Amino acid sequence: MTQTPHIGVKNLNVRIGDSHLLKDININIPDKSVTSIIGPSGCGKTTLLKSFNRLLDDIPGVNITGNVLVDGEDIYGKHADVTQIRKKMGLLAQRPFPLPMSIYDNIAYGPRIHGAPSKKELNALVEHYLKAVGLWEEVKGRLHGSASSLSIGQQQRLCLARGLAVEPEIILGDESTSALDPISTKIIEDLIIQLKEKYTIVLVTHILRQARRVSDYIIFVYMGEIIEFGPTEEILLNPKEKLTKEYVKGFIS
Amino acid sequence: MRRRKLEEWIAKALMLFSTAFVGICLFLIIGTVVVKGLPYLDWDMVTKIPDGGYYFGRSGGMLNAIIGSLYVAGGATVLGMCISIPVALYLNVYLKKSNAFARFAKLAFDVLFGVPSIVYGAFAFSLMVYLGVRASLLGGIIAVTLLVIPIMVRTLDEVITNVPKDLKEATLAMGATRWEMAKVYLLQIKTGILTAVLLAFGRGVGDVAAVMFTAGFSDNIPVSLHEPAATLPLAIFFQLGSPIPEVQGRAYASALILTVCILIIVSVSTILTNKKRK
Repeated sequence: MTQTPHIGVKNLNVRIGDSHLLKDININIPDKSVTSIIGPSGCGKTTLLKSFNRLLDDIPGVNITGNVLVDGEDIYGKHADVTQIRKKMGLLAQRPFPLPMSIYDNIAYGPRIHGAPSKKELNALVEHYLKAVGLWEEVKGRLHGSASSLSIGQQQRLCLARGLAVEPEIILGDESTSALDPISTKIIEDLIIQLKEKYTIVLVTHILRQARRVSDYIIFVYMGEIIEFGPTEEILLNPKEKLTKEYVKGFIS
Repeated sequence: MRRRKLEEWIAKALMLFSTAFVGICLFLIIGTVVVKGLPYLDWDMVTKIPDGGYYFGRSGGMLNAIIGSLYVAGGATVLGMCISIPVALYLNVYLKKSNAFARFAKLAFDVLFGVPSIVYGAFAFSLMVYLGVRASLLGGIIAVTLLVIPIMVRTLDEVITNVPKDLKEATLAMGATRWEMAKVYLLQIKTGILTAVLLAFGRGVGDVAAVMFTAGFSDNIPVSLHEPAATLPLAIFFQLGSPIPEVQGRAYASALILTVCILIIVSVSTILTNKKRK
């Protein structure tokens, strides 16, 4: 771990209305590796993930205290530029949501809003990122066709490419394969393993086998608290905490 | 088991009855308009302005009212759209759902939706008196714009609410600003915007009370915003009030023209949306 990790969380508390969703979260996410957040439904996995790029801001009645440091800068600080923070992080959502435009324009969306590259540069970017997710060969003949005509698996890869085109340093995945068939899931998982060379990746998953396949570290969250954090093998095979043990053995869900 | 079958049968019968009832009413209305109006409908009706005193006119045509109606409803729809889209985006995309002002504004639009059009006419009229504008095309457009704004805002509101929140997260997560996100919303709700336009245009083109005092009436086709403009619904109203049977017949012909105008507009836009969807 480096001196200033990409994502560091200090005393983070999230409340929505009367419910205390995240309690005193302290964690440093390891750089350039895959960290999975696991835990039962409703434990706060997704809330934790979304607190990293301030996607919780719009929830009615939300109250966030503590700090989330991204590259050492407090993203909940007064002078934080929320669009710049989000630019650093790509989000791969639960269900793919292609923007209502062509395949080409979906990929070009990020580069266009963050600067105006020339037509030639855009063409190169679109090709580069579609190749990065292995979609180029499948769609190169219909780049200007509607993105919603792709299959769900292709759409999810498109969304990944679209996120990468913003040139983030971090990728956040929110149960990104839960809507996909096994083959598409495998493709996405393989991509994630490839991508960790360049990116810091945080995934929320409720599939333990997936966490085992792709992640280097695991964070186990239960009732809004981090119970245990450590290397994948350790958490899954040799957990220290009783709760973690029960969860990975399937006693609590 | 028999009870379930009976229930099914009754439900189906009720639905069929209601559908048939509406269908028959619609058929009767359009049938009346066609039967009574067709004999008086000729090429002159749609290509000429009236000969002689407007509502006793037995010859000439209705071109003044056709053009007037299209100007008033078209102008109001365009103007209404320019106001309604920003309002709907602001209330739904910029403000949070729980925002007190947004909730109050939506309630206000619901109330305005139900306000009779004569009230809009009267309001626009007093506004015109205050500003020193006479009954004119401009006055009519303003009154009808006020009338259609709540319709458009409520329609767009509904459409935007139905957009999955994934769109918001997807665009924001890429570092889009609110306005950049709003632009993607506009792309997403294209067909909804068209629905709003059609509803507004349909309402605007058929309304009498809003234009009665504000647009005035004229035998001529308005060539500037400050001239009074005739409208089809008002022309029909005047013609029906005439004691002369021929002029009354022409009222039905005018109604037929109005119906055909709306039919054309609806068909064209439906074809356009279907094309877009493919």
